Amino acid sequence: MKNIFPVLTVLLAIVAIWYLGAVWMNAAWTYDQAARAGENVSFSHLLSDTMNQKRPVLPTPHQVWAELDKGIFDRKVTSKRSLVYHGWITLETTLWGFVLGILMGVGLAVAITYSRVMELSVMPWAIISQTIPIVALAPMIVVLSNQIGVQDIRFPKAMIAAYLSFFPVLVSMVKGLNSPDHMQVDLMHTYSATDAQSFWKLRLPASMPYFFASLKVAIAASLVGTIVGELPTGATSGLGARMLIGSQFGQPMQMWAALFAAAILAGLLIISVAALEKGVTRIMGAQA
Amino acid sequence: MSFISAQNLDLTFPTKDAPVHALKGVNLNIDRGDFVSFIGPSGCGKTTLLRCIAALETPTGGSLRVNGMTPDEARRSRAYGYVFQAAGLYPWRTIEKNIRLPLEIMGFEKARMQKRIDEVLELVELSGFGKKYPWQLSGGMQQRASIARALAFDADLLLMDEPFGALDEIVRDRLNEEMLRIWAETQKTIVFVTHSIPEAVYLSTKIVVMSPRPGRITDIIESPLPKERPLDIRDSPEFIEIAHRVRDGLRAGHEA
Repeated sequence: MKNIFPVLTVLLAIVAIWYLGAVWMNAAWTYDQAARAGENVSFSHLLSDTMNQKRPVLPTPHQVWAELDKGIFDRKVTSKRSLVYHGWITLETTLWGFVLGILMGVGLAVAITYSRVMELSVMPWAIISQTIPIVALAPMIVVLSNQIGVQDIRFPKAMIAAYLSFFPVLVSMVKGLNSPDHMQVDLMHTYSATDAQSFWKLRLPASMPYFFASLKVAIAASLVGTIVGELPTGATSGLGARMLIGSQFGQPMQMWAALFAAAILAGLLIISVAALEKGVTRIMGAQA
Repeated sequence: MSFISAQNLDLTFPTKDAPVHALKGVNLNIDRGDFVSFIGPSGCGKTTLLRCIAALETPTGGSLRVNGMTPDEARRSRAYGYVFQAAGLYPWRTIEKNIRLPLEIMGFEKARMQKRIDEVLELVELSGFGKKYPWQLSGGMQQRASIARALAFDADLLLMDEPFGALDEIVRDRLNEEMLRIWAETQKTIVFVTHSIPEAVYLSTKIVVMSPRPGRITDIIESPLPKERPLDIRDSPEFIEIAHRVRDGLRAGHEA
């Protein structure tokens, strides 16, 4: 609990700066309107007007909060205007992409650990794959998956999410599977253990700390991938689509609310992964 | 016939500069039930020789037989337990599960596993600590657990590579006494690498003195000390005489 004061202080500072920014950025519109009506702008009028415009350049925290509140709690979760609905669409794809990314990452890491040929051939491509901007690649993946006859928009979105999330898992797992020292490997050798036994009883458990560290990066990457996947693909649902529509139709509050909903979702996902990690390390006898 | 016999054993590591002669012309016979120590300065090949017996290194010349087999066959028939310099317990397994590890790999039956675990835990005086994790134990207790792990599958041969090198003197004395008791109770053949003269003389029935560049044996001492050895035997004239001979052997190897 003693950590709550610094956290609150930072939060208050951010909110204060945000309000100042809103006044500053939205002032032009207020002055413009007043000039047309031939009125003078008093300071109190400036404050109240900049903070409550219908289409502000920068919406204020309470406006975003109101939109979030409306989007999350007021509308039925099945409504196309509910943020819970859109959040669920994004979450579903994120999780699919995450699982796919883990499978790809771990699978490739195992192959690389046991095969020199795989190490030489796969690793450079994996690195190159991450240098291509995902926004350039996303529309192609959508077109290609449509071309091979997959109509479900969730498929290309999950592929994009997996494309971003497999890499941290791959890199960490290669390191983790090779983390046992000479002595631990020799010990297995003195037992004449098979490769499979060494893998299950030594390499895999030894890699767990590396695995969970990578999961936190991977789940965030998967969410980003999903949202990016929703932007250029003509998706009509999902938080990414909500942001795009908000920006295209001049609905800044809607855009910001979707952005914050995505941030909340990311926070929840990372907390879930951390809880999973805590559970597993407890089973594996970590120091309390 | 000897339990372990090495004839004219050579091991050369190729390096970028000149090849390194880790072992050169090693001749050694170890009988069943012996407690043999390899002693010498670092680089004399004592650990390398032990690793050859364990088939963790392959000699480049000469012949080496373990229980009538090649070292590799001996390893595959699970002829030995190996204790490393550090305990090397798996931190994600309890002490009990660490001892279980070789039994799982070797496919012991469940009921027999538990019986063996209880037996070796009692042997190393760690009964009641089975459910603890390694980090909850002191360094000396961890090393005892690793000895229990090496004894779990009841191989006739126990290979120990400076097992107490990282422990303080008091714990070391205690564990030396326990080693003699374990040796007497289990009737194993033990090969023990050390760089401590008192440890080698106190424990061994046979002391193999080695020297570096190239790694070779300079002296083999059959200890006249009785099998029963209280700690204060270290003050007896016989003990001091053997220690003296070991020291001479080490010095001779160094000057050569």
